[in-house]
Amino acid sequence: MPQVLKAPLAVEFPFTRSLGPVQSAFLTGLRERVLLGVKTVDGRVLVPPVEYDPVTADEIRDLVEVAGTGTVTTWAWNHEPRRGQPLDTPFAWVLVRLDGADTALLHALDVPGPDAVRTGMRVRVRWAEERTGAITDIACFEPYDGEPEQPAGHSGEFEDAITGIVAAARLDYTYSPGRAQSAYIHALSDRRMVGERCPSCRKVYVPPRGACPTCGVATSEQVEVGPRGTVTTFCIVNIKAKNLDIEVPYVYAHIALDGADLALHARIGGIPYDQVRMGLRVEPVWTDGSRFPDHYRPTGEVDAEYDTYKELL
Amino acid sequence: MSKEPVAVVGVGQTKHVAARRDVSIAGLVREAARRALDDAELSWADIDAVVIGKAPDFFEGVMMPELYLADALGAVGKPMLRVHTAGSVGGSTALVAANLVAARVHGTVLTLAFEKQSESNAMWGLSLPIPFQQPLLAGAGGFFAPHVRAYMRRTGAPDTVGSLVAYKDRRNALKNPYAHLHEHDITLEKVQASPMLWDPIRYSETCPSSDGACAMVLTDRAGAARAPRPPAWMHGGAMRSEPTLFAGKDAVSPQAGKDCAADVYRQAGIADPRRDIDAVEMYVPFSWYEPMWLENLGFADEGEGWKLTEAGVTELDGDLPVNMSGGVLSTNPIGASGMIRFAEAALQVRGLAGEHQVEGARRVLGHAYGGGSQFFSMWLVGSQPPAS
Ligand SMILES: [Zn+2]
Repeated sequence: MPQVLKAPLAVEFPFTRSLGPVQSAFLTGLRERVLLGVKTVDGRVLVPPVEYDPVTADEIRDLVEVAGTGTVTTWAWNHEPRRGQPLDTPFAWVLVRLDGADTALLHALDVPGPDAVRTGMRVRVRWAEERTGAITDIACFEPYDGEPEQPAGHSGEFEDAITGIVAAARLDYTYSPGRAQSAYIHALSDRRMVGERCPSCRKVYVPPRGACPTCGVATSEQVEVGPRGTVTTFCIVNIKAKNLDIEVPYVYAHIALDGADLALHARIGGIPYDQVRMGLRVEPVWTDGSRFPDHYRPTGEVDAEYDTYKELL
Repeated sequence: MSKEPVAVVGVGQTKHVAARRDVSIAGLVREAARRALDDAELSWADIDAVVIGKAPDFFEGVMMPELYLADALGAVGKPMLRVHTAGSVGGSTALVAANLVAARVHGTVLTLAFEKQSESNAMWGLSLPIPFQQPLLAGAGGFFAPHVRAYMRRTGAPDTVGSLVAYKDRRNALKNPYAHLHEHDITLEKVQASPMLWDPIRYSETCPSSDGACAMVLTDRAGAARAPRPPAWMHGGAMRSEPTLFAGKDAVSPQAGKDCAADVYRQAGIADPRRDIDAVEMYVPFSWYEPMWLENLGFADEGEGWKLTEAGVTELDGDLPVNMSGGVLSTNPIGASGMIRFAEAALQVRGLAGEHQVEGARRVLGHAYGGGSQFFSMWLVGSQPPAS
């Protein structure tokens, strides 16, 4: 059996976030070395702040400055910091209740080892040199044995407040297409298209999925299909898609390869775009170094009758 | 034991726009939820549970809206559920909420769906660079345009029908203060002169990208009796799904859509939808889906849907108005779009649709679909309680 393929897949996108009034004040405050909480209906101060009271659901907007000093309420040791974490040497994740706050903020504590951390210990904010209005404006916390700092009573109003942030997200996967698709991809390297037939409904799937999506049974019987096929339907693409180096207009078609029971999708070339039609007979055009056919071109055969492919639409 | 009748007593939505930079996602959903509560004249304490839906996670990078939004939606200390079904999610979210009331699990449920398309990129979310796979060769329109061509081939519909739908929906949107697109100078000529993006789909026949949220308060018979304004009563609701791609799939008129509609009509005692239903708010992201769904939902025989559109039957003053709100063609916060359809159906039978009210609408269908025509959800609401 051919080897099952595997490859890394990184899903990464710079999502943006509008902050709204409360998060705007909180993050702008960090840029200005001001720590802000929000007062709830029952008078507690939440840091980090939220927009709505967790008990009454009221909208809360009463911002209160709290101190840069506080107390560790609980912690966990991080032996192996990963990319994007606040420190690149082992550190403690801590929940810190800042002086003046009733809730705790999650951050990193810079200490040499777990023996240097305890619940109840006093800590202080270490500000980042460069601050942009992000939680990373607090570089981390550090042990502190001085007097509690006294907040200055900032109103929460700032010149030039930050209203939005970029919240880049990245997920790293190891992707495997599985046995059936791996076999299909191996066959493509010999420029053959090999699908699988369902033992129950006898439909041939290309690419194969290893199971029939309607019968719910495993498939294993390999069936070579094509290479010729019929254009069942298509559209003419007039706008350039990002990251695609194809001149517009071009034809994006559904092609039922001979012997397959489901159309696959591909580009049509070798014919003016406005002469492509349903029923056109086509064959793949391969280029060196590419796993998939670059496009499909007319075979010159007479068009397929509508009745022969209408069930594949 | 029979089911508890379900009533819609509150509807709220945001003014849908291209970008709501002034609010967080929490602020956005709050606005819609608050308006739904105000409509029902209820407070947060009157809500027993919250059911929320949104677009697929990669569409906007919010993985746990139920966690992030619990305080904004007054859900602290209450059950909170999240529903996933791609573009149909707004509809299925409302149905999950309705089922909680029908089953007498909860008396009054807040349901809400949202999306801030401006903070993300849905097209990116649909085209992840999966190893060993050929990249998608066309955008979302490129996925659906070949199906539109197949519909045209199958029915012989003239190629002007799509522009008639877009022209109608954009004019309807002018009567809906919450709609995103308000094209005051729209003409049929302008729609028809708009560039072809994915031939046969023109730019003017595609939906916009919107920020918005929609919420509803659903309640039981006792809750409806206390409601300050007329309720909408649920007469039937159903969901169906099928694979996106499988041998034998009818992409023009999917079986799951037909089955879903048939289930709703059976529950609601609808023998002939064309005769028994007064108006339809359906999920039409590309104009040609109006005639396609008219057939799929049983309002026209196969091959005949476009004739209703062409004859003006689906106009706001027609015999079977379709997409009175302006539809998805005028407003598309994807995660909320299904619920906006359901909410519009409710507003119509409550007589509260304002300038786009269909006179005497007594039974209205709300419809949503999503994925590659993979998920379907629908409800039929009426101005009178269901016959028990
Ligand atoms: Zn099968």
